Amino acid sequence: MAIEVKIPTILRTYTGGEKVVEAKGDTLSALIDDLDGSHPGLKGRLITDEGALHRFVNIYVNDEDVRFTGSLETALKDGDAVTVLPAVAGG
Amino acid sequence: MARYDSLIDALGDTPLVGLPHLSPRWDGDSPVRLWAKLEDRNPTGSIKDRAALAMIRAAEADGRLTPGCTILEPTSGNTGISLAMVAKLRGYGLVCVMPENTSIERRQLLEMFGARIISSPAAGGSNQAVATAKQLAEQYPDWVMLYQYGNPANAQAHYEGTGPELLRDLPTITHFVAGLGTTGTLMGTGRYLREKVPDVQIVAAEPRYGELVYGLRNIDEGFVPELYDDSVLTSRFSVTSYDALRRTRELIEHEGIFAGISTGAILHAALSVADRVAARGERGDIAFVVCDGGWKYLSTGAYSGSLQQAAESLEGQLWA
Repeated sequence: MAIEVKIPTILRTYTGGEKVVEAKGDTLSALIDDLDGSHPGLKGRLITDEGALHRFVNIYVNDEDVRFTGSLETALKDGDAVTVLPAVAGG
Repeated sequence: MARYDSLIDALGDTPLVGLPHLSPRWDGDSPVRLWAKLEDRNPTGSIKDRAALAMIRAAEADGRLTPGCTILEPTSGNTGISLAMVAKLRGYGLVCVMPENTSIERRQLLEMFGARIISSPAAGGSNQAVATAKQLAEQYPDWVMLYQYGNPANAQAHYEGTGPELLRDLPTITHFVAGLGTTGTLMGTGRYLREKVPDVQIVAAEPRYGELVYGLRNIDEGFVPELYDDSVLTSRFSVTSYDALRRTRELIEHEGIFAGISTGAILHAALSVADRVAARGERGDIAFVVCDGGWKYLSTGAYSGSLQQAAESLEGQLWA
């Protein structure tokens, strides 16, 4: 099961400059573990030592913020699109 | 009664209009209806008039703002324009810190109202504007920074205004959808509605910009407004400029509403929610915010040419 993950500029040092990478997992948590296997260190930038999503990182599955869909336990299926973005100001 | 003593007194009490063509089911036993709250009908043409006036009134009341003072504010445009109008009428100076990648119309309006603009770099978007404004506040301690991202009067304006107006006009409301920037609209309106209609869904739509805007040097430079409390929301959508533009044009095409681009992003989220409600066979009354009219974005090319071209020309611009 391949899921497309969009990586923001600031984290591309972990993906060899790639904007989009593929990863596997039934849940976001499993997907991030898989990502860290192929791009070591990435998990540490997304997840805190306490196991929560980093305050300034937003992750979206099909454009919906995972903090409102089960956070790291958000279920994933083939063809889903995952987007990682840093939190920035609006207004 | 539609007579007011001054322009400022005409703020709020905006119309709520139905979208009979874009709603999934307008009639029948379990309608799923969309309702647009026309905040472009405020004095300077945007929802930000509410927050601007409330923040100035609060600062006057607590004595921070006295005649002749200069107000300082980081803004991508609408808040600045609202503050500039109120500042002009009440005799304050205004310095706006604005990212350089905002539309020319916004700059012209600010200058017309007598505001001074300090540009912050395009890279980093509003984050940079906030950082620059905070530095200026230290350099010029006599300037009064109202700070829309952390000023409780911003959210309070919606708790006392937008929320009660919505419930009065749409007692059967099931969802409220608005843009997430300072988060003031969603926090204030959301809290009010949740108190009165406990199972109401509060849905956020945030703009997804081009990469330039997310050009931070470090994740720890990220920014979450102090006003933000995610327990008020039930879902949050990130909307690309392509989808925002597509919906902005649909709003004109099918309902005759000429709105700004951030309204397209909000409509996109509202339609996602509406389709889910309709698919479950439930009833829904979904109110969403029209933040401003399209006038300030004509120069961006948002309303002409192909959607793809328009989306490309918006890349790197702050459109919400």
